[in-house]
Amino acid sequence: MSLDKATVAKIAHLARIKVPDEELESLAGELSQILTFVEQLNEVDTKDVPPMTSVAAQKLRRRKDEVTDGGYAAQVLSNGPETAEGFFVVPKVVE
Amino acid sequence: MTALTHLTMAEALDGLAKKEFTAVELTEAHVRAVEAVRPFNIFITETPDAALSMAKASDERRAKGSAGPMDGLPIAVKDLFCTKGVATTAGSHILDGFKPEYESTVTSQLWRDGAVMLGKVNLDEFAMGSATITAHQGETVSPWSPGAPGAWDRKIVAGGSSGGSAAAIAARAALGATGTDTGGSIRQPAGYTGTVGIKPTYGRCSRWGIVAYASSLDQAGPMTRTVEDAAIMLRSMCGFDPKDSTSVDMPVPDFRAALTGDIRGLRVGIPKEYRVEGLSSEIAALWDQGIAWLKEAGAVPVEISLPHTKYALAAYYIIAPAEASSNLARYDGVRYGLRVEGGNLKEMYENTRGAGFGKEVQRRILIGTYVLSAGYYDAYYNKARQVRTRIKWDFDEAFKSCDVILTPTAPSTPFAIGEKMDDPVQMYLIDVYTVPVNLAGLPAMSVPAGLGADGLPLGLQLIGRPFDEETLLRVGQVVEKAANFTAVPPFVA
Repeated sequence: MSLDKATVAKIAHLARIKVPDEELESLAGELSQILTFVEQLNEVDTKDVPPMTSVAAQKLRRRKDEVTDGGYAAQVLSNGPETAEGFFVVPKVVE
Repeated sequence: MTALTHLTMAEALDGLAKKEFTAVELTEAHVRAVEAVRPFNIFITETPDAALSMAKASDERRAKGSAGPMDGLPIAVKDLFCTKGVATTAGSHILDGFKPEYESTVTSQLWRDGAVMLGKVNLDEFAMGSATITAHQGETVSPWSPGAPGAWDRKIVAGGSSGGSAAAIAARAALGATGTDTGGSIRQPAGYTGTVGIKPTYGRCSRWGIVAYASSLDQAGPMTRTVEDAAIMLRSMCGFDPKDSTSVDMPVPDFRAALTGDIRGLRVGIPKEYRVEGLSSEIAALWDQGIAWLKEAGAVPVEISLPHTKYALAAYYIIAPAEASSNLARYDGVRYGLRVEGGNLKEMYENTRGAGFGKEVQRRILIGTYVLSAGYYDAYYNKARQVRTRIKWDFDEAFKSCDVILTPTAPSTPFAIGEKMDDPVQMYLIDVYTVPVNLAGLPAMSVPAGLGADGLPLGLQLIGRPFDEETLLRVGQVVEKAANFTAVPPFVA
């Protein structure tokens, strides 16, 4: 599998990572190398094999849907790069 | 008397109990050692003040007769564990300035049991790597590097991603350290530095408060200089935690009590598929030596087959990046860490993540995004999860005819910084023996077993049945005793 520059640019956009144009070419090469490496999985017969969803032989626990923790907005906000009046501040979003 | 920094945890606990020295004295010696290892770039954050006040409190507890199982033992914490009020970086620029408001479950249990925090140690960025060379804070140099600090010809890697943890212990700057292991990140650095590292069964240690890489594979574990110390530290780290939905509600055994030395009749599986291309002849010889040691102790070697071994790395390099691309979506410049402004919200996200993540992290996020994208999900991600099931089945089948599995920890000896760096796939191959274990969720450990021709340490890996860390430790100690690994690195603090 070989990725071209346009595909890498598209993935980078989906992942919200800014990749400078001059790096797209080399990145496409590296990612293609990895995808070529993983292609060997096609040799494995996986007919009727369930995809693993949990490695531990246990079901996910359930609990009551109730509030058990919280009430400390100041701590939640304490690491925010920009906050105001109990909120995180982001650039204006106008679609 | 042995220098305080050269004691094992078991010896230190003994000395503290007999009042041969205080926790404050033990900690002061280690704080000096932490300063002495600065040229190796092991610690990202040193916390000497916290260490000394924790040591003082430990002495007070001991005087009152209420000392915990690790009381007064100075340890280092991989900088992937959130520590309240102490910077937690994950080795990444994107977590600049982040000081958690909470403590990870694993570290809180260590402090509950009396351990003393010396500081936070280096790793590969977001634990993605095998050499501790990708952190924003720079690479860690192994104390096994030949030559005087600062005048090295070859700077040997400490392995990764828990390379700071491994280097700190090997250099005698901490009695133990926490590590995390997603594809070998505890065992491989332990092997590279002549130390002991355990990745427990998935679900044994809570993942709560540990910066996530690939959640279905990540496990925390202890790194120490002896198997007995690993047993001591593992007990404090394990335990059910309702805050981690995959934490397993099982009693934690007294792992130290499992160290009986008696492995008579135990069946030791030797996987034939692990004789891979690229396995160095001296490691193959060490592996044979390990089999001989266990045989002498009364165990019975059995050849086993793990037919899907060769596909483990490929499955891992789909599953881990897929989970990482999802886990790392949270670093968006809004709630913590770095923000790089842009013309609008989307640009701010892209600028922040472009500047904040290093190259290897970006590669893995991009691969993960690709294999999860519409049209490729089945071909890549689902296929990898099916192969993962087959790898797990291989182990289930193998454990019908053996009780524990013996393999090398890594196929080659530690390399120097600058080597193996052009081709990401070459670097991935180092984890060929460790990755299958994470995919199958099994417990495994690395025990130092000898030195290679280049004078660098080599490790052997033991793999156990789910939740059978006790057998692992028991066999591990037999290997440790037979190997009698007494070598110390050229530099010790």
